[in-house]
Amino acid sequence: MSSAPQLNIDHVAKLARLALTPEEKAQFAAQLGSVLHHIEQLAKVDVAGVEPSAHAFAVHNVWQDDVARPGLTVADALRNAPAQRENMIAVPKVVE
Amino acid sequence: MTLPLHLQAITELAAQLAAKKISAVELTSAVIARTRATEPRVHAFNSSDEATALAQAAASDVRRAAGQSCGPLDGIPIGLKDVIAVKDQPLTASSKMLAKFVSPYDATVTTKLKNAGAVLHGRLNCDEFAMGSSTENSAFGPTSNPWDLARVPGGSSGGSAAALAAGSAIATLGSDTGGSIRQPASFCGVVGLKPTYGLVSRFGLIAYASSLDQIGPFARTVEDAAIVLGAIAGHDERDSTSFKTAIPDYRAELAARRGPWRIGIPKEYFGAGLDPEIGAAVEQAIAFYKKLGCEIREVSLPHTQYCLDTYYIIATAEASSNLARYDGVRYGHRSAQAKDIVDLYFQSRAEGFGAEVKRRIILGTYVLSSGYYDAFYLRAQKVRTLIRQDFLNAYQEVDALLTPTSPIPAFKLGEKSDPLAMYLCDIYTIGVNLAGLPAISVPCGFTKTNLPIGLQLIGQPYQEANLLALAQAYERGHEWNAKHPNL
Amino acid sequence: MTSVTHSVPSVSQSSINYEAVIGLEVHVQIKTASKVFTRVAAGYGHEPNSLTDPVVLGLPGALPVMNKAALDAIIKAGLLLGCEIAPVCKWDRKQYFYPDSPKNYQISQYDQPICLGGSVEIELPGAARNVMGAHKNIPLTRIHLEEDVGKLNHGATESLVDYNRAGTPLMEIVSDPAMHSAEEAYAYLTSIRATMIYGGISDCDMEKGQLRCDANISIRPVGQAKLGTKVELKNLNSISFVRDGIEHEIKRQLAVIERGGTIVQETRDYDGMTGTSQSLRTKEEAHDYRYFPDPDLLPVAVDAAWKARLQAECPELPFAKQRRFQADYALPYTLTSVLVWDRALADYFEEAAKLSGKPQAVGNWIANDLLREIGHAKIELASSKVRPAHLAALVQLVEAGTVLNQAAKEIFTEMFATGELPEAIAEKRGLKAAPTDNNELEQWCRDSIAANAKALAEFKAGKDSAINAFKGPVMKAAKGKANPKLVDETLRRLLAGM
Ligand SMILES: [Mg+2]
Ligand SMILES: [Zn+2]
Repeated sequence: MSSAPQLNIDHVAKLARLALTPEEKAQFAAQLGSVLHHIEQLAKVDVAGVEPSAHAFAVHNVWQDDVARPGLTVADALRNAPAQRENMIAVPKVVE
Repeated sequence: MTLPLHLQAITELAAQLAAKKISAVELTSAVIARTRATEPRVHAFNSSDEATALAQAAASDVRRAAGQSCGPLDGIPIGLKDVIAVKDQPLTASSKMLAKFVSPYDATVTTKLKNAGAVLHGRLNCDEFAMGSSTENSAFGPTSNPWDLARVPGGSSGGSAAALAAGSAIATLGSDTGGSIRQPASFCGVVGLKPTYGLVSRFGLIAYASSLDQIGPFARTVEDAAIVLGAIAGHDERDSTSFKTAIPDYRAELAARRGPWRIGIPKEYFGAGLDPEIGAAVEQAIAFYKKLGCEIREVSLPHTQYCLDTYYIIATAEASSNLARYDGVRYGHRSAQAKDIVDLYFQSRAEGFGAEVKRRIILGTYVLSSGYYDAFYLRAQKVRTLIRQDFLNAYQEVDALLTPTSPIPAFKLGEKSDPLAMYLCDIYTIGVNLAGLPAISVPCGFTKTNLPIGLQLIGQPYQEANLLALAQAYERGHEWNAKHPNL
Repeated sequence: MTSVTHSVPSVSQSSINYEAVIGLEVHVQIKTASKVFTRVAAGYGHEPNSLTDPVVLGLPGALPVMNKAALDAIIKAGLLLGCEIAPVCKWDRKQYFYPDSPKNYQISQYDQPICLGGSVEIELPGAARNVMGAHKNIPLTRIHLEEDVGKLNHGATESLVDYNRAGTPLMEIVSDPAMHSAEEAYAYLTSIRATMIYGGISDCDMEKGQLRCDANISIRPVGQAKLGTKVELKNLNSISFVRDGIEHEIKRQLAVIERGGTIVQETRDYDGMTGTSQSLRTKEEAHDYRYFPDPDLLPVAVDAAWKARLQAECPELPFAKQRRFQADYALPYTLTSVLVWDRALADYFEEAAKLSGKPQAVGNWIANDLLREIGHAKIELASSKVRPAHLAALVQLVEAGTVLNQAAKEIFTEMFATGELPEAIAEKRGLKAAPTDNNELEQWCRDSIAANAKALAEFKAGKDSAINAFKGPVMKAAKGKANPKLVDETLRRLLAGM
């Protein structure tokens, strides 16, 4: 991170499945460039031997017993579906 | 002169309800009337369902008449930030993506409020997916600050703060990922509490950054905040990060817990960029606590300068993942332009999300992407450990920390167009989220231009009872919350 | 090692010999009542989208919570396969967009899986049906737990998504690239399936998608350490398709090399009906799954007590059982191969063997008669009216000479139909060997010996089997109802005195 990080906005937008206009690309690249420039200072922190925190607090083994409870009705499951057929969500044909 | 119902505190209203001096329907009607009167100017609400609210109020009155009142929130109109699920009500996150989404289920806090008899009044505006510090990033238009309609109410829970300040609710819920409760509370002159991470269930809260998000109350007084917190806190089996701890009676504890406290003043929070008027108000608050007999001690949180970067890496990384589900397949906005399934993703997301959300998704995707994970995300997680350690070290010598909530008072709508400038508004609040701590913003004065100023008190994990008592000690010595905006 | 020819079959191509290198990724659905990260019911064959809740659908605000039973099951699977159980493991999000994935990330385990190492014991085909084949341990890389995705149904212009399957607990068992033939892969899958069924972890019904397999296949010149370019073979949805598909792919790769071509890294879809495969997509760029720890789920710490408790629940596995049956009951290989692959059958055998004291006879009855009848009746062993005690009683009746073989077959058939005890059936239907008058029997025996001087001379000369020549006439005289054991004894007594 000592060298300025390169943000390949086309690649990242593709990973994120976001169609961006040329204007958005230019604008985001500039704005995020300055954010990333700011973020670069993190490289200065000595993190040798420091454990990463994935959570606010270190807790483990949080689970429930395997007892099934009622879920959503089919109607509720499909209530917000943009398109449906035969109680399934319809999408343009997926070609594998 | 008695205040109109819509400006009174829960404690006052609950007493009148209990004494049957007023009815819940009367109170709810007053709040609805006030909402109708102010909404054209404030725009704190994304939607409201008056009929359902009135029905809930009527049910409350029936309970009370039968001697079965559920407690101090029974019949009290409470507004919810539009990121908290209420069954059969719209849930939009102020995004075009979810403009037509109706939740088929209740969030845990919603269930708890319903069980407490609260009247759920309105879905409150916020920055889209809670990303922002001004509520200008709402797909449905910004909310105005009731103290100055040309200014922002703060964000992301701006609607929750503004509705309360405007008298369109008696209390509200917001969510706080980097200051999204405390900063708008300070901008709008109300109390805003961000509980310890894990104290309040996140089940049913639209996730922005899962390891930072926490639901909390906005209220007129610290005691009101204690009442609402008591109703929503507690372990929830459906949130794995919900903490198993006994929930004290926060309201009763207010009286039980009296200082003097040892208060730490983190020197890094009083540097350049702090508005002098805010600095002066906070200094006076420090002097006040000193007079109360509290020990005031300067402390250092040496990694403070890295909080912002750490926050924007972790929050955007989690957000990029949390928001992947909004793709136009199962629910939400689906582009009519899509040629095929892949295009459906690209176009639906392009059309459904606003600029700030897209920006954060891009940043978050980038910091997790191959080749950058270690340098950004992993490093940020390690710095997060150091930031939390700073706080825990400070708590070796003090009981709480005192800082300004925001370096600046409410700014003008449209004033901060540069994202980085906007991000810098959060410098005093984000460390608390990274460390998972509880913190409260209480009104501590006004600028010369009559804009509210907020004081932030930061407590120790799960020690909300102490924190609330500390905040109330300040509140009792001042009358800032007696003042209401001219609307 | 004698198994070399099996484990590394090399295939000649001009002057170079090639070997195949195969690694399998096997997904096994864990049998639980509820899903892995939420408590709505898991199941197969239900109305589309009737097994969902906000978590399954990835609705805004929904949060995952682990299923304790799924954790128990995968730890048990790990123990059965000799894996090291990680003291701490965590959950990661594997991010990719696909309509069957409700959140567009799959909760899985990336760099800290719950099970590490271990191996799967396999048996390769023997030289003949009744000869045990070579055994081999296929090393495992890891086993991790993740959530299953929904199911896509493709129509002409649209695809329809059913999320019932989404969120079912799924174990991914990853082998080292350590197999070298389709036979090995077949044996590996067979062994995994038996292990999972034995452990009660999964029913492994491939038709229901409870066991799914992807194969990574490459070839390289024998002796070369570096792996060749791998091709991923998908949709191997029956165990025999796995064998056929891998066989086909090895041949295809050899043919490409033979033509002077190069293998392209790609994913191919094998069509078991036509025995052909076609390219799905070449991996023009590697996936970037952007794994990161799931902030909604907390790590799992497995301590010694938890492991010990599950270890105590671990059953003996088929190969170990087979070795024990051979050693303890002196059963022949063929009989053990019939008995050990079905845990219920093996238990049934052991119970009957212990009750009767005659394991070989019990084994034969099971292999020859019981399994045939069960097959005809299309029933499960558990619902057979012939219980181990019935079979043991029947074997004892035969052994004591109380009933003869032919009668015993009749008794078995009736017992299978009615569940009556063999003794009662024999009594009722007059199938017992005739109660013999010892004097009469002795006389028949004397007559028979006297009538066959040649056999007598042979017997006296030490040819023991010559005794059989005397038995026919005795049985004939007894109209087939003499106790053969008694006949044998009587003849020997008389012969000894001559
Ligand atoms: Mg895999
Ligand atoms: Zn997998």
